[in-house]
Formats: sequence, C-alpha cells, structure tokens
Amino acid sequence: MGIRERLSGNEAVAYAMKQINPDAMGAYPITPSTEIPQYFSAYVDNGEVDTEFIAVESEHSAMSACIGAQAAGCRAISATSSCGLIYMAEMLYVAASDRLPITLAVSCRALSGPININNDHSDVMAVRDAGWLILFAETNQEAYDNYLQAMRIGEAVSLPIMICQDGFITSHAIENIELVETEKVREFVGEYRPKHFLLNPDEPIAVGPYSTPVYYMETKRQQAQATLDARAVIKNVAQEFAAMTGRQYGLIETYQMDDAEEAIVIIGSSAGTAREAIKQLRRLGHKVGMIKVRSFRPFPVEEIAAALQAVKAFAVMDKDDSFNGHCGPLFAETAAALYAQGISGPKGISYIYGLGGRDVRVESIQHVFSELEKIAQTGNPGATYRYLDVRE
Amino acid sequence: MSYSLKENIIKEDRFAGGHRMCAGCGCPIAVRTVLRALEPEDHAVVCSATSCLEVSSFMYPYTSYQDSFIHNAFENAAATLSGVETAYRVMKKMGKIDASYKFIAFGGDGGTYDIGFQSLSGAMERGHDMVYVCYDNEAYMNTGIQRSSSTPQFADTTTTPVGKMIPGKPQQKKNLTKIMVAHGIPYVAQTTFFGNFKDITEKSQKAIYTPGPAFLNIMAPCPRGWRYPSEKLMEITKLAIETCVWPLYEVIEGKYVLNYRPKEKLPVQEYLKVQGRFSHMFHPGNEWMIEQVQQEVDLNWKELLKLCGT
Repeated sequence: MGIRERLSGNEAVAYAMKQINPDAMGAYPITPSTEIPQYFSAYVDNGEVDTEFIAVESEHSAMSACIGAQAAGCRAISATSSCGLIYMAEMLYVAASDRLPITLAVSCRALSGPININNDHSDVMAVRDAGWLILFAETNQEAYDNYLQAMRIGEAVSLPIMICQDGFITSHAIENIELVETEKVREFVGEYRPKHFLLNPDEPIAVGPYSTPVYYMETKRQQAQATLDARAVIKNVAQEFAAMTGRQYGLIETYQMDDAEEAIVIIGSSAGTAREAIKQLRRLGHKVGMIKVRSFRPFPVEEIAAALQAVKAFAVMDKDDSFNGHCGPLFAETAAALYAQGISGPKGISYIYGLGGRDVRVESIQHVFSELEKIAQTGNPGATYRYLDVRE
Repeated sequence: MSYSLKENIIKEDRFAGGHRMCAGCGCPIAVRTVLRALEPEDHAVVCSATSCLEVSSFMYPYTSYQDSFIHNAFENAAATLSGVETAYRVMKKMGKIDASYKFIAFGGDGGTYDIGFQSLSGAMERGHDMVYVCYDNEAYMNTGIQRSSSTPQFADTTTTPVGKMIPGKPQQKKNLTKIMVAHGIPYVAQTTFFGNFKDITEKSQKAIYTPGPAFLNIMAPCPRGWRYPSEKLMEITKLAIETCVWPLYEVIEGKYVLNYRPKEKLPVQEYLKVQGRFSHMFHPGNEWMIEQVQQEVDLNWKELLKLCGT
C-alpha cells in the first residue's frame, strides 16, 4: 500500500527526487520551480540524500554542470521554468546529442515578454525540438508518478527527459497524493550503470566532438531512432509502474472518446477542467470527449489518430502560440499525425488559450464544445485559428 | 625537487601530435606543458571550451587527449568541469571509484574573458577542485581574429580594423588575472612558455596540486592574428616578458609573488614591432600610440611591483 499524503506539485517532485537519491543536482532558482531545489537543498543539508548540490550561477551553468556530471558517470538532475529553460536551450540540445539521460523537472510558466510568472506552455514548446523526451502531468500525482518513471525511460534509450507540470496550478496547489514506499521506488528505478563514462580509469573517453558533415547526420539519425524507441519504453515502464501502484499511464489518456462526436486535445492541468466540462455536457446528452497528451516527445501519432478518426470535429488546445499565423504547436503536430495516418474526415480547429495564466473555466471549455457542435452540424470549420477568452 | 627540462620532457605526452593547430601557435604548447605537469599515476578529465583548440584536437573520430575529455560549448567549460568534479566527489563518497583524478579546463580568451566569464566566476567561487587555464591569444582567432576584451589597445583585428578615424582597438586589455585574484581562490598565476619552460611547468604543477580552484593565464600567441612568422613564436613570448607587457607572477593564498624581473626592462616597441597587428603604430605621426602603450605598461608594472612588495 502506498503512503497517503498532501503535497504541492513541487513538493511531490522534490520528494520523488529524495526517494531516488540521485548523484548530483545543478539548479538555479526561478519561479515557480524554485521550491524544488529549495526542498532538495534541505534534504542535502540534513544528510537525507547522498546527492551533491551544485548551486550554480545560472540555468545555463545548471545544465552545463548536469552534462558534465552525467557524462562523468552519475545521475544528474535539475529543475527550472520559463526563461530558465530557454536560457538552458543551447545545452538541452547538447545533452540530447551527447545521449545523456539527465532528468529535468519543469514547472511550466509563460515566457517574457511581457514578463509574467504564471502558467502556460510556451517555455517547453520553445524547446520541443531539442531532442528531449517530454512528459506532461495533469495533477500532482501524475507529476510524482512521471518523475518516478523518468529515469527508467531516459536511461533505456539514452535520452534526457523533461517532467513537466503546470506552474502554480499544480506546482503550488496542495492535493492528496499517494506516495510509493522509498524501498520500492529505489528497486523500481534501480542503479545507473552507464556503458561509457569519463571517470572510468580503464577506458578514457572523449565526449562532445567537432562533427563534420561526414558524421553529423548519422548522429541525428541515431537520436531520431532513440526517440522512436522511447514509445515502447514509455509504455513498458508504465506497465511495470501500474503493477506496483495500480495507476495506469500511456502516451495519451482518453476520456469519453468511445462514441464522441466532438473532442478536444489538451495538455496538462486544464484536462481536469475539461473533464468536468465534459461530465456536465454528457449529462445533457452531448457526445463530447477529450484526449490528454501525456507524452509530447515522442509524439503519440498513432494513438491520437486512432482516437480522433471517428469524430466529426475537434479542437486542439494550445497554451502557447507558434506565431506562424495559423495554429499552435500541438495543433500542427495533431493535424500532421492525422494526415500521416490517412485521416482527413474530422474538421479541426486550433485554440490558443490560457496564456500567461489566463484562467481556464469549465464554461471556457464548454464554449469550445459548443463551437465544435456548430462545425459538426454545418461541416464548416469557419476560422481555424482562434483565441479563447481574450479581449479583442 | 629542482626542475630539470630533460626529466620533464621524457614524461609521456598526454596531448598527442597530429592535431590540426597551426604551426607557430602557442596554444598546443601551453596545453601539452600543462598536461605534462600531471603526475604519471594521476588520471585527468580535460575540458575545452569551443575554440581553435577544441575543433582542432577533437574532430570526430579522432582525439588528441590520452585522458578523458569533454567539450560542451563555448561559454561553459568551467561549469561543465564543475559538474564532472562534483561527480568525482560523489563517486568517491559512495566508494564507486578508487583512482585519483585531476580536472583541467582550457579556454581561449573569448571563452574565458568574455562569453565564459560568468561560468568561470561561478565555478571558482563555488570552490571546485579544478584548474582553469586560459590560453590567451588576445582575440577571437577561431572565428577569424575579432577583438575580445583581452585584445590590447590599438591592435588591428577584423572588428577593430585600423581605419581612417579609429586606429585599431580603442580600449585597453582587461586584466583578468587580477579579477581572478579578487575571487580569493588559493592559486592564480600568469605565465607563458620561454627558455626551459620552468616557469610554466612549476605553475602548472602548483595549480593542479593545490587543493581547490586555481586559475592559470597563459599568453599563447597566434601567428595569423598577431601576424608574425611561425618561427618567431618563442621570441615574441620572451619579448612580452622582457618589456613587462606580460609579467610573470603568481598569487598564492592572496600573496603576490613576482617570478621574473628583467635586468633591463626593454621598451614596448621591441615587442610591438615584430607583430603585424601593431604595424600602423610605427607610421609617422602615430608615435603617441606607442607612448600611450608604454605608459600603460609602466603603470601596470609599477602597480605589480607594489603588490609583490618589491
């Protein structure tokens, strides 16, 4: 049996870190993820973990130090948000290219400017092509559970992994949570045994070469393969996790999709709001449903296409705008997934919502469904690029 | 134990030949000499900032380093190596490693004085047991001779070209060695290679074997950027010392020690005239430039003598 507790999302992630007892943490404070290194520093200073905390002078150095530590043969972790993640961006690409399974906790927050400390997904979406695996959580429980699975996934395919939750909405809100016993966590996560590492006196290695056109593209192809391989790994690790805890995870989660005629695709905490909106609409006889994306990298192409193929209309909800003049990033990937799977029947629209912490209410989601019903009835999607709950 | 060049050069090289650095470049000499200061029984992890050194010594699938090596990016050699050094301490603590390791980072003046300065300052302040070595060639040579904050006044670079209105770099060189001293770290030294390499070798040994952070600033001339014939390399470092343009000193636990005092301090033009980057200073009407440089060198030398208590 798990341990029943009440924790904020940041606390839950910090507690998962403590249970795992990684080797090194390099981190720099930024709202709303600051509490994670704060809680963790207390574990370090009280001798509750063996981890060395590297109190770096920037996020760029945080990821640089993590790359050094992980390449040296250790488990390295960090936590950040918003501008901190962007400041790391250069090093995120290197971490992935060096095939170092670093684990990064992200409490998602809007990017400047204007400066804003509240939640949206513009930070993670800005680094979506850095080569990291990316899992999003709806609740504190999911943030904790995803973190416990992260190292198993990243280390299996030698890729770094981001565990994302919504800043303040889950990072600071206290929820009931069921924790796994520490012995079980350690058994589940296991020891880190890299094949090659800097601090192996029997086999000195060199990491981070200058790579000419003769070799660069093969490096990238191998990264692409690792990302493809991660699909099965994420599912397998989730199965083992379910055997331990009873809690089920996949690349996506569907809600009321079996007979849905209108659906939304969404990421993060707003899925909870959407679930309530759907419950109410279902009581009134509306056939509406939801796809929640847990794994954004790798992108669940087949799963999303299969879930959407029979709907009449769908909206993809983006807490970020690509500023490409037509849709958010999740819409672009969803539409591409459908097209690649040969599905062109459902009418799809892109909604940009919740930027910079703009509140997302049950009525907001219900408004989206009422628009989708109009589209389903008329077959005319109208404007496919829309902003939700905004003063125009 | 007294220094012997003969004994020193028979030690096994940890920086292999066959790298792609230019003939007459000071950097590989600095790197080879610093790494030779490691005791043979000690392992090392070497780190390099993106630089001429990195792209010339670790082009996949070849490496010039006998020891483990990591390159990360331009501005973060110090932060990267601080992560490696931390990993070593954890592995020692957990009983996962027996071998003895030393940690040495190399960066050019661009990666050290400028874009990597924050990362360097942070790593030194945190007290990691590592050596950061700047091979100072006084401009961004890898990208094609652009000015850095280490470039001396009046030098002709591709972003401070000698023009009709502005005669080369307007600003004086940043004194990074003193800035590193201000970090209060246990060992800071300024050196270059000349004569029998005693100064650079002994400073490298002290830097590597002093517990805690250490910083070495090594003048490493660049034949393309400084515009001198390759074979003049050792002459130029010698002139830098004899004119007091690049004084040799070390700061041990905050105490300044002067390592070399020229019997007869040479005028700066002796150093300037052998380098094409300063050739415009010798045109008629530009005497004031040489005078200004002489004044700066004299002032810095006087200050240094005072700090060294001599």
